[in-house]
Amino acid sequence: MKIAIERRPQDSSLMKYLSPVLAVLLTLMAGSVIFALQGQDPWTGLYTFFILPVSDSYGLSELGVKAAPILLCAMGLAVCFRANIWNIGAEGQLLMGALMGSWAALSWMDSEGVWVLPAVLITGTVAGLLWALIPAVLRNHFNTNEILTTIMLNYIALNLLLYAVHGPLKDPHGFNFPESALFTNAVTLPLLLEGSRLHIGLAFGLLAGVCIWVLMTRTFLGFQLKVIGLDASAGHFAGFRERRLVYFSLLLCGALAGLAGISEVSGPIGQLVPSVSPGYGYAAIIVAFLGRLHPIGILLASLLMALVYMGGEMGQIDLGLPLAMGSLFQGMLLFFLLACDFLISYRLKISAHQPPAHGHHAGVNG
Amino acid sequence: MKSLIKKALVCVATAGLMTLSTLSSAVEKPLKVGFVYVGPVGDAGWTYGHDEGRLEMVEKLGKNIETTYVESVSEGADAERVIRKLAQQGHDLIFTTSFGYMNPTLKVARQFPNVKFQHATGYKRGKNVGTYSARFYEGRYLTGVIAGHMTKNNVIGYVGSFPIPEVVQGINAFTLGLRSVNPDATVKVVWINSWYDPAKEREAAESLIAQGADIINQHTDSPAPVQAAQDKGVYAFGYDTDMTRFGPDAHLTGSMVHWGGFYTDTAKAVLDKQWKAEDVWGGFSAGMVEMAPYNKAIPETVVAQVEAFKAQIADGTFTIFEGPIKAQDGSIKVSEGTKLNDGDILSMNWYVEGVEGSLPN
Repeated sequence: MKIAIERRPQDSSLMKYLSPVLAVLLTLMAGSVIFALQGQDPWTGLYTFFILPVSDSYGLSELGVKAAPILLCAMGLAVCFRANIWNIGAEGQLLMGALMGSWAALSWMDSEGVWVLPAVLITGTVAGLLWALIPAVLRNHFNTNEILTTIMLNYIALNLLLYAVHGPLKDPHGFNFPESALFTNAVTLPLLLEGSRLHIGLAFGLLAGVCIWVLMTRTFLGFQLKVIGLDASAGHFAGFRERRLVYFSLLLCGALAGLAGISEVSGPIGQLVPSVSPGYGYAAIIVAFLGRLHPIGILLASLLMALVYMGGEMGQIDLGLPLAMGSLFQGMLLFFLLACDFLISYRLKISAHQPPAHGHHAGVNG
Repeated sequence: MKSLIKKALVCVATAGLMTLSTLSSAVEKPLKVGFVYVGPVGDAGWTYGHDEGRLEMVEKLGKNIETTYVESVSEGADAERVIRKLAQQGHDLIFTTSFGYMNPTLKVARQFPNVKFQHATGYKRGKNVGTYSARFYEGRYLTGVIAGHMTKNNVIGYVGSFPIPEVVQGINAFTLGLRSVNPDATVKVVWINSWYDPAKEREAAESLIAQGADIINQHTDSPAPVQAAQDKGVYAFGYDTDMTRFGPDAHLTGSMVHWGGFYTDTAKAVLDKQWKAEDVWGGFSAGMVEMAPYNKAIPETVVAQVEAFKAQIADGTFTIFEGPIKAQDGSIKVSEGTKLNDGDILSMNWYVEGVEGSLPN
C-alpha cells in the first residue's frame, strides 16, 4: 500500500471558511482525550476551560479586555498579510505605543482638560506608526526583508521600554522599583461597562474592523493591496506604486498596534510596567490567520484566543490543571488549522500497488 | 425560679450547639488559600521556593486548608483578573508572590473586603492587605564572609536583577561581609533587568568570570549562574533554594528563603481569626532565611566563623548595617555607632565602598 499527497484540482471555497470551525472542533475532541488521560471528566474540563470563564458578566467583560489588544493588532496585520508584507513587528509597535503614550500620560496627567486623553492616545498611535516606518523605509529603499527587520525591532522596542521604566519614567516615589507612577483619571480610558475593566479600546478594535472591511472591499486602495499580495508583478504592470502600498499597510498596522499599546497601559494596567504585553503582537499573527484575514473572522478568532488564555487560568484555579494545558490548547488549535488548511488544497491518495522495486537496488548499492 | 433554670438550660444548650456548629464548620469547610506565582513552579528558584512553602503549609495544616495556585501570571493586565478570580472562587486568603502584583492586589482587595491578601516584597498595604518579605541580606553577609576567605583574585562577580533596594541591600551586605575579612576584595555587578532569564543570567556570569571574577554571586532566580561557574571552574553562591545539584563543585552555599513557616502561621492566624494586615520582614531569627549546605571546600574554621555570625545576627548581638560604613567614594555614609533603621534599609539606593561601577538610577 502506498500513500501519496496530491493536489486537488480545485480548492473548496466552502471549506476555506469551514476549516477554522473544523480545527476548533478537532481541538475540543483532542482536548477531551487529554482531559480523560489526566483523570478529569472531559465535560467538566471543557466546561471549566470554555464556559466557566465567561459565565458571568465580569467574565464576559474580561474576555473583551483580553481580546482588545489582540484584535487591534490582528486587524492591522491582516492588511499587511493581504498585501504579502510580513510584518512580525506588531509586538514592538505595541510596546512603542505603550512607551511613548505613557511618557505623554505622565507628562500631562496633572493637567485638566478634555484634550489630555486624546493627546495621549494620539501620541501612542503615532509612536507605533513611526516604529513601523523604520522597516517600511528599509524595505522600500534598501530592499531589506521586513520579516527580519520587524522581529529585530521588537527586541529594540522591548529594551527601550525596559530602559524607560527603569530610568526616566520610573515612579520617583517608588523605591527604584521598575514601574511608573499610577495614572490619574485624566489619562485613564473611559470604561464601556461600569464595575468592570472593559474599556473603550475594544470599541477602537471594532471600529478598526469596520474601517478595514470597507477599505479592503470597497476602495481602490484595498484592491491594489490585494493585487500586489496575490501577484506583485501584475500590480507592477497595472502601474500600482508598490512602495506607497508598503508604506500604507505597515504604517496602518503600526498605528493600530500603537493604539493597542497605549490603550493597555491607560486602560486595565493604569501605569507603565515592564510586562505590558505577554506577547499580544505575536498572538495576533495566529489570530489574523485563524480569522482568514477577514475582520469578522478576526473578531471571532481574537475572542477565542482570549478565551483560551482565560480558560488556562480557570483550569489552574478550579481543577488544579497545569499551566501547560492552556498552551496545549493554543498549540493544538494552530496545528489542526494548518492541517485542515493543507487538506483544502491537497489530499491523501491511498493506492494498493507495491512501491517500485528500485528501492531494493538502493539498499544493495548503498 | 423554674423559668430561670429553664432559661439557663436554654442558654447552655444554645451555647453548646453554637460551639458544636462552629467546631464542625471549622472541620467541614477548610480555609481556601490561593497563590499567584510569577514564574513556573519548576523554576528551581523564586517560585519553586514559594511552592515549597505552600506544600509545607499543606503538610502542617492538613485538612484545615485547601490550596490553589496559578503559575506564570504576567505582571501586566492579567494579574488583576487572576487575583480577582481567586477571590471570587471563594479563597479566603490569597498570597501574591511578586512585586509587580502590588497595585492589582490592592485594587482587588478593595472589592473583596472579607478576603485576606498577603503581598510579597511590596511597600503598599491596606485594611486587608499585608506585606511580607525576608531579610535576604542577612544570608548575603555570610556569603560575603565566605567569599572573602575563598577568593584568590579578590574580584567577585555579582549577577543582579533590578537595582531596587532589596537587591542593593544584598550587594552592600555581601560587600561588607567580604571586606570584613578581606579589605582588598571588590565586587563587580552586572544588571540583567529580569528576575528569571537563564540565558541572560548565564551570559552575565560568564562575562564576569572573563573579567577575572573567581566567585559568582547572584540575585536572580535560575541556577544558570551556578552552572556557568561549574563549567568555568570557579565558585558560586546560589539563591532561593539549595542549588548544590546544579554545580556540586562550584556551589559554596547560598542564602535560601524559607516561606513555609510564615505561610503556616499566616493561615493559622486566619483560621483563629487573629489575622492582621501587617508588614512582616523576617530574617534568621524568624526562620525565613536559611543557609544552604556548606561546600566541603570551605575550611572548617570559616564555617565556624560564619555560624557564629549567624547566631549573633539571629539574637541581635550583631548588626550588619552598623557604622562606620563608607560609601563607594570613601566618605563616611553611616557614622560609628549608628545603626540603619528598617526605613533606611528599605530605601537603600547607594553602594558601599568596594562595589565597582555606578548604581543605575
